[in-house]
Amino acid sequence: MTTRIFGSGIRRREDPRLITGGATYTDDVTLPGMVHAAILRSPHAHARITSVDTAAAGAAPGVIAVYTGADVEGALAPIPCAWIPPESDVKPVAHPAVAKDVVRYQGDAVAVVVAETRYQAEDALELIEVGYEPLPAVVNPVAAMADGAPQLHEDAPGNQAFHWVATGGDPDAAFAEADVVVSDTIVQQRLVPNAMEPRSALANWLGSMGELTIWSTSQNPHICRFLTSLITGVPEHKIRIIATEVGGGFGSKIPVYADEMIAAFCAMRLGRPVKWTETRSENFLATIHGRDHVERVEMAATRDGKITGVRSVVHAGMGAYLSTAAPGVPTILHGLMYSGPYALTGTRADIYGVFTNATPVDAYRGAGRPEATFLLERLVDLVAAELDLDPVELRRRNLIPKFDSGYDVVPGLTYDSGDYEGALDMALEHVGYAGLREEQASARERGQYVGIGVSCYCEICGLGPSQVAGAVGFGGGLWESAVVRFHPSGKVNAYVGVSPHGQGEETTFAQVVSDTLGVPVEDVDIVHGDTGNTPMGWGTYGSRTTAVGAGALFLGLNKIKDKARALAAHLLEAAEADIEYADGQFFVRGAPDQSKSIQEIALMANVAWNMPEGMEPGLEASAFYDPPNFVYPFGAHVAVVDVDPDNGHIVLRRYVAVDDCGPQINPMIVEGQVHGGVVQGAGQALWEGAVYDDNGQLLTGSMQDYALPKAHMVPDIETLSSETPSPHNPLGVKGIGETGTIASTVTIYNAVIDALKPLGVTRLEMPLTPERVWQAIHQQS
Amino acid sequence: MMPLIEIRMTVNGREYGGRVESRLTLADFLRNELNLTGTHLGCEHGVCGACTILVDGEAVRSCLLLAVQADGATLMTVEGLADGDELHPLQAAFQENHALQCGFCTPGFLMTAYALLRDNPNPSESEVRQGIGGNICRCTGYAPIIRAIQQTGTV
Repeated sequence: MTTRIFGSGIRRREDPRLITGGATYTDDVTLPGMVHAAILRSPHAHARITSVDTAAAGAAPGVIAVYTGADVEGALAPIPCAWIPPESDVKPVAHPAVAKDVVRYQGDAVAVVVAETRYQAEDALELIEVGYEPLPAVVNPVAAMADGAPQLHEDAPGNQAFHWVATGGDPDAAFAEADVVVSDTIVQQRLVPNAMEPRSALANWLGSMGELTIWSTSQNPHICRFLTSLITGVPEHKIRIIATEVGGGFGSKIPVYADEMIAAFCAMRLGRPVKWTETRSENFLATIHGRDHVERVEMAATRDGKITGVRSVVHAGMGAYLSTAAPGVPTILHGLMYSGPYALTGTRADIYGVFTNATPVDAYRGAGRPEATFLLERLVDLVAAELDLDPVELRRRNLIPKFDSGYDVVPGLTYDSGDYEGALDMALEHVGYAGLREEQASARERGQYVGIGVSCYCEICGLGPSQVAGAVGFGGGLWESAVVRFHPSGKVNAYVGVSPHGQGEETTFAQVVSDTLGVPVEDVDIVHGDTGNTPMGWGTYGSRTTAVGAGALFLGLNKIKDKARALAAHLLEAAEADIEYADGQFFVRGAPDQSKSIQEIALMANVAWNMPEGMEPGLEASAFYDPPNFVYPFGAHVAVVDVDPDNGHIVLRRYVAVDDCGPQINPMIVEGQVHGGVVQGAGQALWEGAVYDDNGQLLTGSMQDYALPKAHMVPDIETLSSETPSPHNPLGVKGIGETGTIASTVTIYNAVIDALKPLGVTRLEMPLTPERVWQAIHQQS
Repeated sequence: MMPLIEIRMTVNGREYGGRVESRLTLADFLRNELNLTGTHLGCEHGVCGACTILVDGEAVRSCLLLAVQADGATLMTVEGLADGDELHPLQAAFQENHALQCGFCTPGFLMTAYALLRDNPNPSESEVRQGIGGNICRCTGYAPIIRAIQQTGTV
């Protein structure tokens, strides 16, 4: 071993099982005696339940049991919210797993049928007679807080779920002293995450052992186990959650939902394994949505282009209940990022969380940070227009200068390291910015509309220091752990608490193990996703898996190395201080022929025939890593669009992404994360949006009606990167999973507005459909 | 209980038979009766393409077909692509180009691409984009999938 595998784009070890059909996702698992659950969901957005008649359903072929809210009440505790930001008057209203008295969104569970087959269970759903007394509904978060709006919860007057204010520096002074103030109203439309694998749970109850096992589509099986114990009453040590193969999440598989708990309830009642798998229609109705902000935002600047302050008033729709992490998203993950990559003197985020008769909202890829980047980069463009400055020039005047070990911004965060202008330069040079502006000018003379959108961002991820998690009301820790075990034959397993579901850490973590221990990468396997064989961890979200999880792994590997060094000294009859290590070999300084390979050491440690006095057998280490701070990846993105004024059609012609996530363990995987994220963010800008009618009926309830990006709709993404190590973790790594959605939505939006500038269009609502663009053009002219 | 209908079909070169309800989808038959769980169900309404398989050589959505409609047909699923331990070039190209992340949509893309390349061994980028326009991937942004298919086509 002489070459470092850290930094090499080796192919993924996950792939062989995934490309041959050999992988086992939750819905692929079957157990002897397994039966199937189907859930009846409310067709109303808001209604009182007057009666539920299950007699006919109970007598239908194959039906084993029908349960209603009355059956579940008392057996399952309400589904909890686990992120309660302090000093924000959060109303954590009870969310019954199955509604008994009132339904509050279309999709609220009303009853469950268990039958021998899924077809029979779904047949029987149609035989359940539910009496509803419809109540008025409200879906817009601003309308929901207006006087006279329908009220969702007695405990939350005015539908206010919380009110959180964060003031950094002196925003009022910044605005009072400003030469220029620009403002905008931004609607961050509701998005449906649409992981390709629907949610699924297979619950198995071993009554005689008191053990509950759930195969579950979770991004964080250990959190799922913790909350499952609170909801079902089964002690945590008697619960096993298995989420080894999960088909994408993007945040939508963080929450603990009613449905998986209902499957557990049914299994415990019936003593048979119960599988529930959502349909895509259920995914649209009952899996969390993302975003849903209505924001009034403003930015202050001086006449010479110095941006000083940002203020917002945000109405953040929460849907009908507070999902697991929902209140933390528009607050901590949003309002603390108002300085972005700029040096401001004052920021204020004034955030109302609002109950509405719609599907609960929670963290969706980027979670709060795309919204923060959007409002900053939109406002910067508006200031540039006001001052008649090139948007790039205005950014240059305000970016925080290069720094490598800490920079304090007014919202109270300390960024780790950054070279924001370096990223901007790289993006502009690659895209040929000056040439594009010339092309744009000549195109305009021909009546063609080319738009160039630029954004700079820095974001907070690698969640995070547990002390901070506690201080901001997150109901858990945010450290990670790893157990590394050297087997007698020299092979290594690392068991980790994080739970990748597409991000490739079976490969990247094996690279870290291989490099650190000097063993071939083929001799390493990473084990994750099963609480039965992995140590406690808080899961995969918030771009934390590598920044925090690999930190724990790295500490464990170093413990292994320390013990191996001591054992080598004993076996080589030398002082430990004289033992050196290189490429998997321990040797005596000055006598490289006297050496032991790490595999020889591992064998001796495992057989323990000749150990130093007092040394325990085995070569295994357990490590816990609590990061001292978050990490702050950054970058600059540029989009080039062509807009056809005759029909409003937008072509995303080019997209350049420069991202800096510090040292890259596997550049191929980093690039993949950027590609996927950028396209998801493009989806928000151009195509995606959950639409409800005024009665709370979801009009975009299928993939036929909700426009997801497809191959012919997006260009190849041109990816570049710089490398600025973070001083906040031992590998210097930052997260890369969410930068794409954080930067791309506003980059593309800015490009479209730039294209339409000669036509007088200054704002549009997303998604930027051809109809909206066409209407805006024609309203101006 | 609905009447059961006897069906027979060849899947990945093997003969299978079964007695099924007429309403059973082909995808559910493959997954639950034949235990060929490589075919995935992403939407069950014919939009996402994850369940794409070949029926008598045509790429079709197995969620929109009934098992009885495939009586007597010859099927190929993702499990039939590799030759023993030897990956099909398309599978190898997917791994080589990082054309999958969570892998859930991948079987559908592979089968769609298989039919595409059989009919057009050297597709342009634009032809590939159109050819896989009926398959949704939420992870990759598509570019690596397109590269993998084009690379296979020129092998």
